[in-house]
Amino acid sequence: MPGIFMTKCCLSNRLRLMHELSVCQALVTQVIDIAQQNSAREVLTITLHIGPLSGVEPALLVNAFPLAAAGSVAASAQLVIEPQPLRVHCQTCGADTEATANRLLCGVCGDYHTQLISGDELLLANLELMS
Amino acid sequence: MCDSCGCNVTPGNKHLAYKPIQNGGSAVSILKKLLAHNDDQAVHNRAHFNMHGILVINLMSSPGSGKTALLEASIDALKHEFRLAVIEGDLETENDAARIRTHGVPAYQITTGSACHLDAHMVHEALHHLNLSEIDILFIENVGNLVCPASFDLGQHRNVTLLSVTEGDDKPAKYPVMFRAADAVVLSKIDLLSVLDDFDPAQAEHHLRQLASTAPLLSLSARKGQGMTVWLDWLRHELAAQRAHAQDGATARPHLQPNDTDVNIQTGFSS
Ligand SMILES: Nc1nc2c(ncn2[C@@H]2O[C@H](COP(=O)(O)OP(=O)(O)O)[C@@H](O)[C@H]2O)c(=O)[nH]1
Ligand SMILES: [Mg+2]
Ligand SMILES: [Zn+2]
Ligand SMILES: [Zn+2]
Repeated sequence: MPGIFMTKCCLSNRLRLMHELSVCQALVTQVIDIAQQNSAREVLTITLHIGPLSGVEPALLVNAFPLAAAGSVAASAQLVIEPQPLRVHCQTCGADTEATANRLLCGVCGDYHTQLISGDELLLANLELMS
Repeated sequence: MCDSCGCNVTPGNKHLAYKPIQNGGSAVSILKKLLAHNDDQAVHNRAHFNMHGILVINLMSSPGSGKTALLEASIDALKHEFRLAVIEGDLETENDAARIRTHGVPAYQITTGSACHLDAHMVHEALHHLNLSEIDILFIENVGNLVCPASFDLGQHRNVTLLSVTEGDDKPAKYPVMFRAADAVVLSKIDLLSVLDDFDPAQAEHHLRQLASTAPLLSLSARKGQGMTVWLDWLRHELAAQRAHAQDGATARPHLQPNDTDVNIQTGFSS
């Protein structure tokens, strides 16, 4: 990890990058494993599914990726992020509605007894490999 | 599922996973959690804890919200009732572990340099410095940070997030990932409410409920001993519940944590 990032995160955006860097390191570790199993020479594209409640900032992830991937089989891969919708299921009236990250109420009856249907994803969805 | 990485590509089905793309490349569909490696370690940690009937509480907050002060007050109140221990991960002040030890309970300081959160591997390493068979409640004081710690399961049973009245009452709206992860929210330093006219506890609770959180909001002052009874009763209740679970071979886990058995989300291949 480059020295400049070895500092306290994460409240300013620049420093917060450190968090996304550690997430990227986890990503690159997985990608390297999968590339090896498939005898790939190079990873062309990495597609992630990221929801608004995943805890990571897609833009920061994209910035951190080259640092984490440097020197690996994924070094020149393109990182594609597919944002996921935020949806909740209402336990009171049964409706499924759209929501926002800090307002997860039922869009029909307004109740707060809801469950997240989607929006907290932090997933490696697929890879394009060159063998 | 392959053993080494948990993805669903195996030599047997490898040909199915491929779709030809330009220039002889191929596409492989995975759909796996990015932090699966951490999550697997967390499951392992939780198994350690359950084997010993320990309740593990992960404390998270901004720097200075009063995590260590709450631990000190809780230790003084409970140390003759339960065997307590602390894993200190907050690097803000290096002497947090020393502060805890003066209250007569074991504390291990995780020294990671400058990490912005604890992860399950750090906690696992720390476990080997504690005698798990002599602990009823283990507290983990996470790094003071309202962003990162929420993403990393450590193997704890409950997440507690502190919000001190010297911060804004809109913190839950600004940090939804963190406050949504809380199984209980502690409103700390309430002795200062009388001198702070811009913090409205009702407003803090409103922002918390907007996150669809049903977590109890426990208002207290560790310094002045106000409101401690409700918090201590919450701990007693959680310990009893976790022990009942563990006896049935089950486990408590933070309400947002998926079942340990379905940590890896699997789907079929796309073509
Ligand atoms: N007035 C008041 N101050 C407190 C209380 N709890 C903690 N503090 C003070 O807040 C500061 C930070 O507390 P500390 O426990 O170190 O916070 P941490 O960084 O979250 O562990 C210290 O100066 C404490 O004395 C409280 O209940 N009331
Ligand atoms: Mg502290
Ligand atoms: Zn972090
Ligand atoms: Zn509804």
